[in-house]
Amino acid sequence: MKKFVAMLLAALMVLSLAACGGSSAPAETKADAAPAATEAPAAEAPAAEGAAPALKIGLTGPMTGSVSAYGLAVRGGMEIAVAEINARGGLQIEFKSEDDEADGSDKAVSAYNSLKDWGMQIMAGPVTTGSSLAIAAETVNDQIFMLTPSASATDVAMTGSNVYQMCFTDPNQGASAAELMAQKWPDATIGVIYDSSDAYSAGIVDGFLTKASELGLNIAVDNAAFTADNKADLSTQVNMCKDAGCDLVFLPFYYTEAAQVLTYANTVGYAPTFFGCDGMDGILTVEGFDAKLAEGLVLMTPFDANATDEATVKFVEQFKANNGGLVPNQFAADGYDVIYALYNACVAAGVDGSTPAADVCAALQEQFKTLTVDGLTGKGMTWDENGMISKAPAAMVVKDGAYAPLA
Amino acid sequence: MKKILNNKTTRTNLVTYLVVIIAFIVMQLANSAGMLGSSMKGLLVPICVYISLAVSLNLLVGICGELSLGHAGFMGIGAFSGIIIAALLKDTVANDFLRLLLAMLCGGVLAGIIGFLIGVPVLRLRGDYLAIVTLAFGEIMKNIIGNLYAGTDSEGFHIAVSTSKMKLAAGGKYIVNGPLGATGIQKLATFTMGFLLVLFTLFIVQNLINSKEGRAIRAVRDNRIAAESVGINVTAFRMKAFVVSAFLAGMAGALFGLNYSSVTAPKFNFNTSINILVFVVLGGMGNILGSVISATVLYVLPEALRGLQDYRMILYAIVLILVMLFTWSPKVKEFMSVIADKASGVFKKKEAGTNE
Repeated sequence: MKKFVAMLLAALMVLSLAACGGSSAPAETKADAAPAATEAPAAEAPAAEGAAPALKIGLTGPMTGSVSAYGLAVRGGMEIAVAEINARGGLQIEFKSEDDEADGSDKAVSAYNSLKDWGMQIMAGPVTTGSSLAIAAETVNDQIFMLTPSASATDVAMTGSNVYQMCFTDPNQGASAAELMAQKWPDATIGVIYDSSDAYSAGIVDGFLTKASELGLNIAVDNAAFTADNKADLSTQVNMCKDAGCDLVFLPFYYTEAAQVLTYANTVGYAPTFFGCDGMDGILTVEGFDAKLAEGLVLMTPFDANATDEATVKFVEQFKANNGGLVPNQFAADGYDVIYALYNACVAAGVDGSTPAADVCAALQEQFKTLTVDGLTGKGMTWDENGMISKAPAAMVVKDGAYAPLA
Repeated sequence: MKKILNNKTTRTNLVTYLVVIIAFIVMQLANSAGMLGSSMKGLLVPICVYISLAVSLNLLVGICGELSLGHAGFMGIGAFSGIIIAALLKDTVANDFLRLLLAMLCGGVLAGIIGFLIGVPVLRLRGDYLAIVTLAFGEIMKNIIGNLYAGTDSEGFHIAVSTSKMKLAAGGKYIVNGPLGATGIQKLATFTMGFLLVLFTLFIVQNLINSKEGRAIRAVRDNRIAAESVGINVTAFRMKAFVVSAFLAGMAGALFGLNYSSVTAPKFNFNTSINILVFVVLGGMGNILGSVISATVLYVLPEALRGLQDYRMILYAIVLILVMLFTWSPKVKEFMSVIADKASGVFKKKEAGTNE
């Protein structure tokens, strides 16, 4: 009987916890308790003056699960931008994030719907491409302006006239990689390893191969593909490149798998030039990975956490303080830039928390035609009529354990 | 009437229909009164889908006694074939409802056919082996769908499993685009169709259970050797349950696919299969109403816990464990049966009163 009572009490406790969570949700202004502690005074002081209601910006991204690193990074970056803007006074921003588990259908739409119930006026997400494709179509129906920090598939921006991207589209990035290779290594024998189950990786490879055949690059291996299920061991793919005598290996996927490739290549004494894309950013912080192996790695990333300009230094310091010393990656910087781009456009258009979402959407679409943003991930960023960004691609090379511009 | 109601299984079946119908009416009324938020409205169709999936899996796991870990594979087949059919019929069938129905039927039939083909070798296996093979089947399906390209151009319909073989003429449109999944789907699914699907699933499964075939299927579950000795063709009856289950999962998958503007292959992975199995196990093996209720509650739960932010998934797991311990504790079972007896006693008395 005692056990029964204990169980009953435990069940009640869980239920009451759930109830608390549910009722406190609408009042939540900050996504997470830890950073909120530092931001709360700044966020609340100007709001108390009885100015216009705060603008509600929502984000969905993977906050739990295997790719939560990206969602949490974007959220961290956005929180810093929101706190800075709210501390300035003037237009206030209320920010809320929801977990979409990087799902491409029902969970993403649920997360979006819950933000809609909260009263979201602008969608500053989602983080992943799959979720973005599901949510973009919803924002078109609801006429909510959407600017995704990191969903890079071409199809996302093409969903509707209200959908914009902060990052390069995948095929564009593949094409710039091919151009860069043609410029720096015109005679190299090139091998391509990619993740065929990932839209990001497959998209880059598509753009890359098309451009490479145009430029007449020598691609020796283009079928070294793996999938999300068999990426535990990438030795076969590395050996394919090694056997074909490739001296330049293109790795258009994320840094966790890239770390495996570099480690394995080192053990078999294979040392070509490795070339990564923006997903490679973060390789120097992989746990258990010897950063020395990344020496000489070339990657295309718009953000460099070691840059010495004032904005980057300030951002990196704040991010480290909020996240227990974690160095921000490109996702965090994209998130930060998204909030500032939206803020600048909203100030220029004169919208605030009292403007209906559809009006905000129309006003922002007008603003984004002419908007130019200087952010952490690029200077003079503009958007074309499809909502795709134009900014200069930057190539870095890893030198002495830090990024240096590619000479 | 009295005779029918005195039959316990008939009564349970009727209660199940009644619960579903009442829930549908209540939700419809609440919706027309504008009482539902966007979140709740968005959950209505997937709830119906997961109820159908749980009930159809219950036929396999609870009634037939076969552990299947690849139910999401059938769901995925139904989803993607349904999406392709719906896109192809866009110009020929103008009525959305009819097109959805056709897409669901095609999804169901294709899943059923593949279920049959899989069943031929697989249903000769027993116990753990069947679980392992269905698990592999689900993963294979996920990977095939993840590499599937389908689209239409001026020359008609093209389908391939690699980018290089898939060349659409200018102006062609992808329906399914490899790892990006199916995008730009026209959303046809409605709550009414979801409700009809649940009723249809209940009708098929409950009638099958209480038919001659159903008794044979249960005999196979309880004692295979005894069933064989009285002349029951074990493989045939297991096949029947397996194919019906796959067919219903395919239909549910098609409805699911046509409820979103994009669907990707990883949705139909091992986790989804396990999730459906969890609905069945927590609802009670072989208990159809239990599956309906547990699918609804457990699907809504993670959404209801959104207020907890990053902790919701941990809490979801804790709730699952507690529900499992709680509902299967002998004390609770005893308590519930006392309540059930009292309730049915009242019901019977009233019944007697009105009939006299």
